[in-house]
Amino acid sequence: METVHTDVAILGAGGAGLRAAIALAEADPKLRIALISKVYPMRSHTCAAEGGAAGVIKPDDSLEHHFHDTVAGGDWLSDQDVVEYFIREAPRELVQLEHWGCPWNREPDGSVAVRSFGGMQKQRTWFAADKSGFHILHTLFQTSLKHPSIERFDEFYATELLLDEGRCAGLVAIEMRSGRLVRFDARAVIVAGGGAGRMFPFTTNGAVKTGDGMALAYRAGVPLKDMEFVQYHPTGLPSTGTLLTEACRGEGGVLLNKNGRRFLQDYGMGPETPLGKPVFKTMELGPRDRISQAFWHEQKKGNAVPTQWGDAMLLDMRHLGEKKIDERLPLVRDMSISYMSVDPVTDPVPVRPVVHYMMGGIHTDIRAATPLPGLYAAGECACGSINGANRLGSNSLTELLVFGRRAALSAIEHLQSGAPPASDAALAGGAAAAQARIRELMQRSGGGETVAGLRKEMMQAMEQHAGIYRNGEGLAEACGKLADLRRRYARIELHDRTNVYNTDLLQALELGSMLDCAEAVVASALERRESRGAHQRLDFAARDDAKFLKHSLAWYGGAGAPRIDYAPVSITSSQPGVRDYSGAHA
Amino acid sequence: MSRKPYLREETMRWVFRHPRYLRYMAREFSCLFIGGYGLLMVWGLKRLSEGPAAWRSFLEVLQSPASIAFHVLALGFALYHSVTWFKLTPKALPVQVGGEFLPDGIISGAHYAVWAALSLAVLILAGAF
Amino acid sequence: MSERRVELEVLRYHPETDAAPRFQRYSVDCREEWVVLDALNHVKETLDPTLSYRWSCHMAVCGSCGMMINGEPRLACKSFLRDYQGVIRVEPLAHFPIERDLVTVIDDFMAKLKRVKPYLIPAQARALEQGEYRQTPAELKRYKQFTLCMNCMLCYAACPEYGLIPKFIGPAAISLAHRYNQDSRDGGRAARQEEIAAAEGVWECSFTGACSEVCPEHVDPAAALQQVKIKSTVDWYLAHLMPWLKK
Repeated sequence: METVHTDVAILGAGGAGLRAAIALAEADPKLRIALISKVYPMRSHTCAAEGGAAGVIKPDDSLEHHFHDTVAGGDWLSDQDVVEYFIREAPRELVQLEHWGCPWNREPDGSVAVRSFGGMQKQRTWFAADKSGFHILHTLFQTSLKHPSIERFDEFYATELLLDEGRCAGLVAIEMRSGRLVRFDARAVIVAGGGAGRMFPFTTNGAVKTGDGMALAYRAGVPLKDMEFVQYHPTGLPSTGTLLTEACRGEGGVLLNKNGRRFLQDYGMGPETPLGKPVFKTMELGPRDRISQAFWHEQKKGNAVPTQWGDAMLLDMRHLGEKKIDERLPLVRDMSISYMSVDPVTDPVPVRPVVHYMMGGIHTDIRAATPLPGLYAAGECACGSINGANRLGSNSLTELLVFGRRAALSAIEHLQSGAPPASDAALAGGAAAAQARIRELMQRSGGGETVAGLRKEMMQAMEQHAGIYRNGEGLAEACGKLADLRRRYARIELHDRTNVYNTDLLQALELGSMLDCAEAVVASALERRESRGAHQRLDFAARDDAKFLKHSLAWYGGAGAPRIDYAPVSITSSQPGVRDYSGAHA
Repeated sequence: MSRKPYLREETMRWVFRHPRYLRYMAREFSCLFIGGYGLLMVWGLKRLSEGPAAWRSFLEVLQSPASIAFHVLALGFALYHSVTWFKLTPKALPVQVGGEFLPDGIISGAHYAVWAALSLAVLILAGAF
Repeated sequence: MSERRVELEVLRYHPETDAAPRFQRYSVDCREEWVVLDALNHVKETLDPTLSYRWSCHMAVCGSCGMMINGEPRLACKSFLRDYQGVIRVEPLAHFPIERDLVTVIDDFMAKLKRVKPYLIPAQARALEQGEYRQTPAELKRYKQFTLCMNCMLCYAACPEYGLIPKFIGPAAISLAHRYNQDSRDGGRAARQEEIAAAEGVWECSFTGACSEVCPEHVDPAAALQQVKIKSTVDWYLAHLMPWLKK
């Protein structure tokens, strides 16, 4: 097997991975950096983020405001020391991106413009029309081309991390175009593999988001933290799940039920605000979890708007006018017309909550370090945790910048700590075992299970039991189902046994990742007997700080179920309180 | 090595793949007529320098049916070339006034205006009025 | 919900077993509102798991699923079945080597993109502590459309020049170089000219304009290339006719 020797291997070339790579290259041009991704960098899902990135820059805003919005938005499950670091670094990172050419929207005086976002008490979301993630990704990717020390391995799918004496020392990946396995020996590894939204059938997430990075770390013995917190974005197109950014509401769009009522006022997010004059932190600028939950209740009451794709609500942007929509929400208009045949300039657009983001992920600390020495994680796949039980819109793009860079700096500290080189025998052994597992999967026959079949059953179980509202019975059933699916996964049989760009193999491996992540989600959710943020239990409707103001940790249990235990939440200045989106503060 | 990328070589069939390529080839083809017309002018100058008799015979040739057909074709292609070219000028020469780009119509319209003015000047110089 | 049986004719090529590409026909039960990508996914899930193609976002921003659909370069996620009648022919993007089935080899584009230095080369250095560069909305507008390139490479598949003369740097890469040239913060034009104002750069372009017609983001690469030509021409005249202007 070919071996690539590198100093730092980065898994994933989306926003976090690219940011880490650039930080490494800038810190020391002599470092060898291997940027490994299953897709070309510009295909990474960061490109689909629309609304913007939060960072305090305007004089009327303050770090304290951003801190409190984030912590309260996360229902006090965020680690507050990490949030403090995050909000402090945020403006610096966004300015850095500006210096690299990101086409942020501007004020007439040439300064950067900011917009309103849900759950934020000030305008602090930097944006590039409604393609902010796209521009961030391309700015980072193009900037990375400047650094010859960043060696890219595009379309390499990592199958395993290599360990030696309790340290992470490399990985094994398949080169898609040839099918050959390559061993990467690295002194540090940064996982930036993105989220796992594809475990659900109805999601804004692209096909690539199958939790591969999370699963790799998980199987290597790093716990997955707070996996039960899965964010539903309130406004996806019912036909395809395509995201319509929160900026639709930030700019003044409103949500209506079938009677034309702005129903959020009936769910603790009122009183009604004047049309076209959005007020911070209330009504349509409430947080995503609350709005998605409000829709669920409306649906139960029979107030939803029926469409051929199921129940929906209406996102009305007509009062914004064509000029503003074209200037600030051109993609939203294009998507609505293309995929729903509705023009938001003339008609309200049917939308419904859609799986969008994993608050949980690889257990990391304020340094983006995992408990496994030599292994770091950043971006959606990591859980630091700044997002707690519910992420505020526009914090994730900033997060991948701040912690992408932080992971790089931590990796450098690790290199400088003088850890002894890993033993070649151990790495060779690990690589050979990884190869044997792929070979076995490729050659297996008689199992009879298919990728598409198991994937469908997994998605159904997740949608049915791990949605906006959950209960113990359903979650227990889902745990059983996932355990069964994982057993059956061992009998999966490929149709395609060839080497070159074998997407049947790729999808089988991705399914394996998703099954592991999905099991961690439902097992963590079953054990969390309270309702907090995006995790709502019908059988435990209240938040229970006495028992559950703590992070869930799901530990990989091999063929068995994950083991769940807990870690404390770091609280510095904000004691858990009531999340108030009533507009009373306004 | 299992890889064996296959390159489908481009053939001249691309011209017929979409009407836009035919339109493009027609625009390119127009250069033959415009070039031919240029040569004709040079030949005319040469004949002029050879005296009145040579010039008269040149004018007679111009009146032949073949010459008239050529001129009609050349004029058609020149118009086609000009129109398609002017249509493309807003791409090549965008003008930003204040924040906004001038509408395409103004850029290509300005080209038409200059064209008309120049043609008029030539006609006046030639004593057409 | 209306259903429709769609006949897909997909170019298949497997380097380990095929000497040359061949077409394979699939009859797919589709929903009327589907895009071609949905139909391919349906094939992959229910009829033929060996079919390989790239896709991800399903919202026309990631640029993965560029294909020839009935001979025209398009994003499969934005090609609606309702716009097609009869057999829909799906092929890999023209002008790129086929790795397998609908998957092309894009090394050439990736190398060219790097060559044109598509990143900000600051006109004036600025420390992070000094905050952002000032850039008015008008200055932003000057280059904004060229930032929208998602590297889907439909323009390369549409460009006959690139098909015939593969060393041509091509529409997307030059547009991105031009994007930075037009940016008020940038001072790197001279560094990029070496690649883009060369014979393999804009002068290989004969302004077919097909790149702009097929661009799903209306980046208008043809405009970028013509603008580079004009500026390069002005450069040449200034350098040769008024050399004293040169500093």
